[in-house]
Amino acid sequence: MSDTTAGQVLTTKDGKPLKAALARALRREKLRSLALIAPLLIFVLLTFVAPIVDMLFRSVENGIVEETLPRTVAALRVWDPESAQVPDEAVFAALYGDLAVAVEEKKHTRLGSRLNYEESGISSLFRKTGRRVNRMDEAGPFKEQFLDADDKWGEVATWQVLRQFSPRYTDGYFLNAFDAQRTADGIQMKPEDERIYMLLFGRTLFLSIVITVSCLLLGYPIAFLLAALPLRSSNLLMILVLLPFWTSLLVRTSAWKVLLQQQGVINDFLVWTGLISDASRLVMINNQTGTIIAMTHILLPFMILPLYSVMKTISPTYVRAAKSLGANDWTAFWRVYFPQSVPGIGAGAVLVFILSIGYYITPELVGGTSGIFISNRIAYHISSSLNWGLAAALGTLLLVAVMVLFVVYDKIVGIDNVKLG
Amino acid sequence: MKLKTVILAGTALAFAGGAAVAEDMTLVSWGGAYQASQKAAYADPYVADHPDINVIWDESSAEAVAKLRAMNEAGNVTWDLVDVVASDAIRLCDEGLAMEIDPDTDLAAAPDGTSAADDFGDLLVSECFIPQIVYSTTFGYRSDVADWGGKEPDDICDVFDLEAFPGKRALEKRPINNMEWALLCDGVAKDDVYEVLETEEGQDRAFKKLDTIKDSVVWWSAGAETPQLLADSEVVIGSTYNGRLFALIEEQKQPVKMLWDAQVFDLDGWIIPAGLPEDRLARVKDFLKFATDTQRLADQAKYISYGPARKSSAPLVGKHADLGIDMAPHMPTDPNNAKNTFLYNYEWWADYRDDIDAKFQAWLSQ
Repeated sequence: MSDTTAGQVLTTKDGKPLKAALARALRREKLRSLALIAPLLIFVLLTFVAPIVDMLFRSVENGIVEETLPRTVAALRVWDPESAQVPDEAVFAALYGDLAVAVEEKKHTRLGSRLNYEESGISSLFRKTGRRVNRMDEAGPFKEQFLDADDKWGEVATWQVLRQFSPRYTDGYFLNAFDAQRTADGIQMKPEDERIYMLLFGRTLFLSIVITVSCLLLGYPIAFLLAALPLRSSNLLMILVLLPFWTSLLVRTSAWKVLLQQQGVINDFLVWTGLISDASRLVMINNQTGTIIAMTHILLPFMILPLYSVMKTISPTYVRAAKSLGANDWTAFWRVYFPQSVPGIGAGAVLVFILSIGYYITPELVGGTSGIFISNRIAYHISSSLNWGLAAALGTLLLVAVMVLFVVYDKIVGIDNVKLG
Repeated sequence: MKLKTVILAGTALAFAGGAAVAEDMTLVSWGGAYQASQKAAYADPYVADHPDINVIWDESSAEAVAKLRAMNEAGNVTWDLVDVVASDAIRLCDEGLAMEIDPDTDLAAAPDGTSAADDFGDLLVSECFIPQIVYSTTFGYRSDVADWGGKEPDDICDVFDLEAFPGKRALEKRPINNMEWALLCDGVAKDDVYEVLETEEGQDRAFKKLDTIKDSVVWWSAGAETPQLLADSEVVIGSTYNGRLFALIEEQKQPVKMLWDAQVFDLDGWIIPAGLPEDRLARVKDFLKFATDTQRLADQAKYISYGPARKSSAPLVGKHADLGIDMAPHMPTDPNNAKNTFLYNYEWWADYRDDIDAKFQAWLSQ
């Protein structure tokens, strides 16, 4: 010790600097742990992150127009959309060249359905023109022949849509998701009777909060009871909590239909007891009430389980100590027990909220028109209208909304204040 | 060492066995009674003749368009034959996801020699589509409603008449059919419906008409909902597919009757996914030729009350396989039922579906 002077480098037995040797050992350690988690990491990247990124990318991707009609897109660059004049013969000649190839490869109808999202009628315009293209005179003049095939080619609006959506990337889907559109005067809100997505986003957030709060109100006492009861009775209670959890979602949702409908069990009972008259049966399903009741029931276990596992760790001696120091039951609970259960509330609330914000099957079945969520529209655009770009834009917005809420939650409650047990 | 030998032997056996077992053919359909009718009428007889073929059913028709598109993008189409409604067939054809067929070479001629193209006639609505059945979306009503004072609805516009026929209605949660019925009952002539619906004013007019009953409507999204709602007396009139109502009335004996007025005909049939390898394509074409011949389509009507798509099948329609009742009077195409029918315009809806659907959803949520 005493012969070590300042500036002298500590070395290992074989003469290498200790610092470097340590760094190498640590690096090796790191690499080894990385190699251990690599299979999972690669799995998650390939099966989870990559598809999501790919899906989100579709919300701006718009290569189909340029790929299908390359010459037309190039020719259209010199055309002035504000001129109120249909493009000249050169553009039509380019369109003929492109369409002849596209029809051969059967791509024109696909482009038609893409552009039909922006302007109704383009789908059949491409289908119809595609059938005519092979019979057109290759020598031209093409403008006449196209106008002859369909007079929509003579409308400036058709060309404006084509030109507006010719770039490889578009903000059209996002504008649509915000109930907006690009008009000649810039970006504007859509007409009142076509706005729907913002309303649905608002409703999804609102209903998810209501569902989370009602899950908390119903779940807290149950979790409290579960944690407080002796093991034998709490196990029985736990089975009662888990039993519906193991039952098919559709069965539970259908059961709520039987219970809640106007000729259903609850209404029949209320009429029988004389609380309500036969003519004024309650409407409890196919509206927001139905969605809230059914989803609260379905998501309740996700609230109870984290609450229970946190409450289980709260030592009963604290409450006892508080009482022996003179606190009444309520003060002991509110000042001593409750603050310790907050991490469980946080975990349960985040879990229920995030699950409910993306739910769609239950709202679809019991939500009627006022109880459906944004996810119902996303599902519609994925599986029915095939407007995947719009579905991706809506999905991106939903993802961003959840992340913003998560950050807000972190600021208010603190994410490290969340515990699952 | 020993374990390795066992594994190797096992693998070899599995391969050898694999060569001998049947080749799989995946058919996609709707599940339920409809798929059962297809199985009984054509898949089972075909397999009886071709024991080397193993038919696998996939109940994915409702999401067939989206799934086929995803399969196509992934470059691995696992389906051989897909059952879809005509409008979906047109979309699939538009997207290049379904194969075009030639009715005269790919399909069997009628027994009297009429070519398949003539036998199917107008029902070949798309180059990719091989129709099987004609079904209709129509109304059923409860025949025991006290408030109606013994009257029964016999006109499509009675659905919009809350004074004479009070009670809740069940309508499908989409614009198709509802918009047409609304305009018909707002005084638009049958031939002008789509022309009117093309304009903003026409759409507003349809929504205004639907507004008159909006508060009394339960909106359904699955065809099984209306029969359930009718059976529970949750609604007094409801639209759904005629086969569902047949099951409710004849099999479950519920006090429900058919309102055939202004029923909307639609078609359901097969498409072959684009890009199948040669061997699978040959196999599927052989099955298709068998499954859509005159006798097979007539056989299907024994199990479900949908009309065969071939003209030559109509006279061969017999009795229900279990109930033993004549099926002809329950077909949507029966002259007594088809006094006033409405033809759904596929091309028109392919163009306007996106636009009107957005408006319809906005209208619903107002």
